[in-house]
Amino acid sequence: MRKKLWITMLVLAMIFAVALTGCGGGQEESDEIVIGAVFGMTGDIATFGQSSKEAIEMRVKEVNESGGVLGRQVRVVFEDNKSLATETALAVEKLIEQDEVVAIIGAIASTNTLAGAPIAQDAGVPMISGTSTAESVTEVGDYIFRACFIDPFQGRVAAQFALQNLEAKTAAVLTDVGSDYSMGLRDVFVENFTAGGGKVVQTSEFVVQDTDFNAVLTNVKAQNPDVVYVPAYYNSVGLILAQAADLGIDATFIGTDGWDSPTLFELAGDAANGHFFTNHYSPDADVPEVQDFIAAYGAAYNGKTPDALAALGYDAFNMTLDAITRAGSTDGEAIRDALAETAGFVGVCGTITMDEKRNPIKSAVMIEIKDQKQVYNATVSPE
Amino acid sequence: MGVLEQVIQQLINGISLGSVYALIALGYTMVYGIIKLINFAHGEIFMIGSFVGYFFNTSFDLSSKITARWPAMEGTFSVYFIDIIATIGVAMIVCATLGMVVERLAYKPLRGAHRVAALMTAVGVSLFFQNLAIYWIGAEPKGYPRLLPSQNYNFLGATISNRQIMIVGSTILLMVLLQYIVHKTKMGKAMRAVSLDKDAARLMGINVDATISFTFAIGSALAAAGGILYSSTYGRVEPLLGLLPGLKAFVSAVLGGIGIIPGAALGGLILGISEAGVSALGYSTIRDAVAFAILIVILLIKPTGILGKNVREKV
Repeated sequence: MRKKLWITMLVLAMIFAVALTGCGGGQEESDEIVIGAVFGMTGDIATFGQSSKEAIEMRVKEVNESGGVLGRQVRVVFEDNKSLATETALAVEKLIEQDEVVAIIGAIASTNTLAGAPIAQDAGVPMISGTSTAESVTEVGDYIFRACFIDPFQGRVAAQFALQNLEAKTAAVLTDVGSDYSMGLRDVFVENFTAGGGKVVQTSEFVVQDTDFNAVLTNVKAQNPDVVYVPAYYNSVGLILAQAADLGIDATFIGTDGWDSPTLFELAGDAANGHFFTNHYSPDADVPEVQDFIAAYGAAYNGKTPDALAALGYDAFNMTLDAITRAGSTDGEAIRDALAETAGFVGVCGTITMDEKRNPIKSAVMIEIKDQKQVYNATVSPE
Repeated sequence: MGVLEQVIQQLINGISLGSVYALIALGYTMVYGIIKLINFAHGEIFMIGSFVGYFFNTSFDLSSKITARWPAMEGTFSVYFIDIIATIGVAMIVCATLGMVVERLAYKPLRGAHRVAALMTAVGVSLFFQNLAIYWIGAEPKGYPRLLPSQNYNFLGATISNRQIMIVGSTILLMVLLQYIVHKTKMGKAMRAVSLDKDAARLMGINVDATISFTFAIGSALAAAGGILYSSTYGRVEPLLGLLPGLKAFVSAVLGGIGIIPGAALGGLILGISEAGVSALGYSTIRDAVAFAILIVILLIKPTGILGKNVREKV
């Protein structure tokens, strides 16, 4: 009996060994450029990951049909981090160790990118997030880049917009206490709004699992602020907007790029109308890069309009391909240097120039929600 | 808004949340009262009830069928009323059946076994339904049909929405109905008899199995109603919807004295109001911690719950 067991185990072990080396060998021989991508395709911010993935898949096809990069075909390995930090770290490790990628696109939420970035930094593999806006992300090291503006800028734009365009005097702030993104934006907004002569009358916190916001919103209502700043993700925001309307709060809500999902309208319905949020791009903008991108995306996915996550994932991916082309190699250090030198790169979300902290200098747009649709309101440029 | 209005507003918020906890807690308490089982799958029945209502309301769309037939009724209160009653009714029937099936398949074969075995089975059933829902429907939260167009009323300076009135009203109605069934009908008498002494009840000619099935049916139906009220008020439904409300309802049931029907209602209200109160004071992030702390304190002082009587354990 025991002998039989040993033999079975041995056979199993051999099968595994063969399978593993088989995979590794196959990749080394092929002449593909392998790029990794880590997105949340399931979990709390799932629609974000799906649209980023769609945009990149569309671009990979285009690039390969027109001859690839450096004369080599491009292949992207997608990993689902389930919108979780621990899973992101595992996914980054897997991409570097097993798939031997030359660069990594992702993750989406700052919390998740922060979990994966140190691993990429240690391995010397450039990691480019399309959407992580927390300042600390690129502070991890010189291999970590992003294609979007940073939190301070989004908070500053929101404060500036509230003071100047909406002529607000008082503000309340609601934040998701478990998210670096939300807490970081709150501090910047409060600082800029106060510096600009406004008064923050109330700050409240919630956790992402909450469904009942009535108690917190009742406190907001009691203070009767002109605007309410909610730097959080659409799942919570949808419920907050709906319940705020039920409570009869008539303040204008201002949000961030975390609001950008059709699910927001599904959750809030008409309660979302009349509120604003900062975003990276607007499909209404009359720029050829934007219109070309929308046309291509629509053609690939039955006329679907790409959201900002798709546009930023697309930009991050193209920046990487651009850097590889300019570097003329797939060596990690060469790609890193080329990325750091990015200047005047024309992306869908504006023209990108990297500053010395590996953060792009670019513009933001303010979106108004009208009739459950996103309508372009204003463009705000960095000072 | 003055301090008094704020207090009233938070009380309204707390009572409407507490009403839902109470509805779910009734199911826990009735099942415990009759077979001494803590049915942890009850929160999932709540979730399934909410989903049944969701699919019935979005795919069948009764209200537009009515207005197509009788255009004069469009936008009137009776259309919404019929729609709500039908949605809740269908979900209650489906969940009552499901509750009986679960009892028959998962709990009945274990009736003679150790109590822990049945408890573990309940946890298993709970996980089974959660994951089945994720597999079939997907994990992404869905926006819930609001059932009523949003409308607010002024109540002593505070705002009360028609959905909050709907929640509290339906809860009171269902509880009165339950009291009637338990105290005035033959089946209710049988339920009380079985919960008191199963063997003696059987000797008196009561069909114990049918009575237990009936108890599960009623408890599950109440959970389904709670699920729809909860989802339509807060505006979302997802496979893990039942997790936290289920746990809170369990706490409510224990708080009020498990096995005692008015206790469940009382526990639900205490929990709902304390949650709103804690959030109102600005400690919304430790709201759940406070809810469970209340439970611990009450159990330390009075282990049988607020309305619980000291009954010596039968040997």
